[in-house]
Amino acid sequence: MPAPTFSAQVLQTLAGALLLISFAMLAERRSRHLVTLLIWQGAVLVTSTLLVAATAHLPHLFFSAVLTLVLKVGVLPWILLRLMRRLGIERDNEPLVNVPTLMLVGLGLVIFAFGLAQPVTALATTVIRQTLGIALAVILLALLMILARRKAFTQVIGFLALENGLFFAATTTTYGMPMVVELGIALDVLVGVFIFGVFFFHIREQFDSLDLHHLESLKED
Amino acid sequence: MNEWAAASPTVTALLGLVAGWLLVGGLGLVRPTGVGWVARVLFPLGALIGLGVAAAGVVSLMPAFATQQVVLPLGLPDLPFHVRLDALSGFFLVLLGVAGAGISIFSAGYFRAGEGTAPGLLCLQYHVFLASMAMVVLADDAYLFMVAWETMALSSYFLVTTQHRLPEIRRAGFLYLLMAHVGALGILLCFGVLHGGSWQMTFDAMRASTLAPLWAGIAFLLALVGFGTKAGMVPLHVWLPEAHPAAPSPVSAMMSGLMLKTAIYGLLRVSLDLLSVGPWWWGVLALVMGLFTALYGVIFAAVQTDMKRLLAYSSIENIGLILAGIGLVLIFRTFDLRVLAALALAAVLIHAFNHALFKSLLFLATGSVMHATGERSLGKLGGLIRRMPWVAAFALIGSLAIAGLPPLNGFVSEWLLLQTFLQSPHIPHAFLDMIVPLGAAVIALAAALAGYVMVKFYGVVFLGQHRESSLATARDASRLERIGLGWLALGCVLVGAFPQVALDVAGRVTQALVGATAQRGPSPWWMTPTAANQASYSGLWYWAGLLLVTGVTFLLVRRFYRGRSRRTAPWDCGYPWQTPRMQDSAEGFGQPIRHLFGPIFKIEREVPRPSDVAPAYRIEIEDRFWVACYQPIGRLLQRVTERMAVLQGGRLSVYLLYSFLTLIFLLVCVL
Repeated sequence: MPAPTFSAQVLQTLAGALLLISFAMLAERRSRHLVTLLIWQGAVLVTSTLLVAATAHLPHLFFSAVLTLVLKVGVLPWILLRLMRRLGIERDNEPLVNVPTLMLVGLGLVIFAFGLAQPVTALATTVIRQTLGIALAVILLALLMILARRKAFTQVIGFLALENGLFFAATTTTYGMPMVVELGIALDVLVGVFIFGVFFFHIREQFDSLDLHHLESLKED
Repeated sequence: MNEWAAASPTVTALLGLVAGWLLVGGLGLVRPTGVGWVARVLFPLGALIGLGVAAAGVVSLMPAFATQQVVLPLGLPDLPFHVRLDALSGFFLVLLGVAGAGISIFSAGYFRAGEGTAPGLLCLQYHVFLASMAMVVLADDAYLFMVAWETMALSSYFLVTTQHRLPEIRRAGFLYLLMAHVGALGILLCFGVLHGGSWQMTFDAMRASTLAPLWAGIAFLLALVGFGTKAGMVPLHVWLPEAHPAAPSPVSAMMSGLMLKTAIYGLLRVSLDLLSVGPWWWGVLALVMGLFTALYGVIFAAVQTDMKRLLAYSSIENIGLILAGIGLVLIFRTFDLRVLAALALAAVLIHAFNHALFKSLLFLATGSVMHATGERSLGKLGGLIRRMPWVAAFALIGSLAIAGLPPLNGFVSEWLLLQTFLQSPHIPHAFLDMIVPLGAAVIALAAALAGYVMVKFYGVVFLGQHRESSLATARDASRLERIGLGWLALGCVLVGAFPQVALDVAGRVTQALVGATAQRGPSPWWMTPTAANQASYSGLWYWAGLLLVTGVTFLLVRRFYRGRSRRTAPWDCGYPWQTPRMQDSAEGFGQPIRHLFGPIFKIEREVPRPSDVAPAYRIEIEDRFWVACYQPIGRLLQRVTERMAVLQGGRLSVYLLYSFLTLIFLLVCVL
């Protein structure tokens, strides 16, 4: 196995940063900090995409990097912060499972993700194929975060982190998705966040809180 | 496009007519609430198209006609719609067109504003229903067949629930939809077996495939269950007596007269055309189910007190007769007795046609009665012959026909069916040749009871005195309604008068399906299906004799009793006066049957004691099949779903956990 090039080393570092941010999100309880972490995640994503584009000489990846920058570092966090102010969200309640346990489960998931990625990595031809395991881990950790949180707002952040993980997986294994698909996904995420925003207001109007355990009373017996 | 239009002009014309029906339905939406537009323009237009469809069907029954096939540029990619017109399709198109035209003209005078669904929407559903039935008959691949079949079920569901604000009608509609889907599932699986591993869904491929005996038997059973559900075969009949009364009368007429026939068509298509000759137990099964259905239907019809329920059970009886006939066809076919199979098939086809005519006629007549009186309970009607002479006259023709009395059409087909039964000693099988003739006894019993039922129906509704004072203001049917009723009644009379023509027409179908035609005898005036020394019948001679006797009697009465005749009350048993309450009621009329066949029913009865101040009599008769078969299934389903409902705990995080665990599980599977 030849020694990895410099850019590949930087990419692996960035991937590591992504994983670290995911764990930080899992542990973080303040909503404002969560949004900040999301911005950081987006920034790392943009950097890594740019780097891949430059190393592999793929101009269309530049576009998707710009798209990511605008959407995930600019627009979406701005919307989220606005929503936070309007709704007066400060922090989430205690997670359903306490943080140390969550961390341990997360660790297990990372191992699982790496094991899962091994056969795929052997087939991939891209420069940063070793990072697929990290991408999968980011996806699973985001799912875990959605699962463990009580408030709708935090779950939306988890959803966006999940999308970041998917994007990263696509970039690492196949140099990104076709432009049309990427644009479509970007639009979906944007619209999704808008719809979530509307729902926040409705949920709060109905229950005076964004805590989702109130939704349990909706079930018919 | 033009090539196949030139190669198969009849099919092209038919497709145009079907599209015309859809167009007429769509035009109903132009002015959804405009009763005048829908009733005076669109429904008569639909009736004209119906006549066109019937004419195209007649063309396909001409001796020189060759089967026409067309592949339509519609449907899914690589899965186009195939359409085919042969004698069997043509026969059912004639049935559909003739009866459909009568019902459409009647509907033009029937539907009014403010009754449930808006008239324009009703017009759309109605014509989509007609068009889908035509496509069921024309379809030549399983895909188009199922599409048309489901469209038929859905459009008729919406028609049944026209009065959807009443909860019992919604319930009837749901039951209908449920059973329709159970049946459709059977048909779908049947087609899944029929292609025989070739995965070609055209009927041509199914004809060509050879199935192992086991699989052929399974296909036949699935078809019997699937089409039997739609046709109302006991014990799959439960939806029928609920849905027919719930629907508006023209819709009941369409469902009973036409839709049940598409199920008969499907069964004939699968068992005689797509499947090759099967073992004798197929026929015996169909025969036994048919006889049971016939007897069961007519016994329940006898105890009904709602006139539309009565007719619905009577439909079950007639379907039973048809099914028994199909059973005979299959038995004869197994033993290669082609002429006898052709005779049985002719009886089946003619009876299907007749039933479309007289059952539509009677349902439409009940519609007129309901509009005029607002009542459908037999216990509140009576004496309407004086207020509604036209409807009474047409209903009399329908009742006589359905009771199987000569010289009307019902007699012809039941007589043919009985003749076929009497030929069953020719079967070269040790037990069948002795047991099958016993079926003739059941048919005779069912026919006799059908007569009893019709005496009850006609007598209680139209004869005697008004049971409610409000009936004195009832008004006769409007002109368009009379035209519709008259058209169907004319059909009953004509088929009865010229049965040999009907036999000839059915002969084209039998030639195509079983390779023989039933003989009609040497004389053009007489129908001699077996041998001259056994049985012959001539509708015209019967008419002549009937008219002669009536005329002579009339003249004699005039001659000898002139000036001495007077109008007076009938014999009143010596009572000083008579009130409407002293007439025989519907319950009273059915009492002997209820008594004789007591174990079949589940009866709840409250009889007042002599000391009661306000005596009230109440009786509820339930279907044992409902209690014994359907309620346990329903309860089981309820229990299972309650177990399953534990999964739906209402906690969002648990739901998310389900997705998470599923994802992990799937990933592990990949690993």
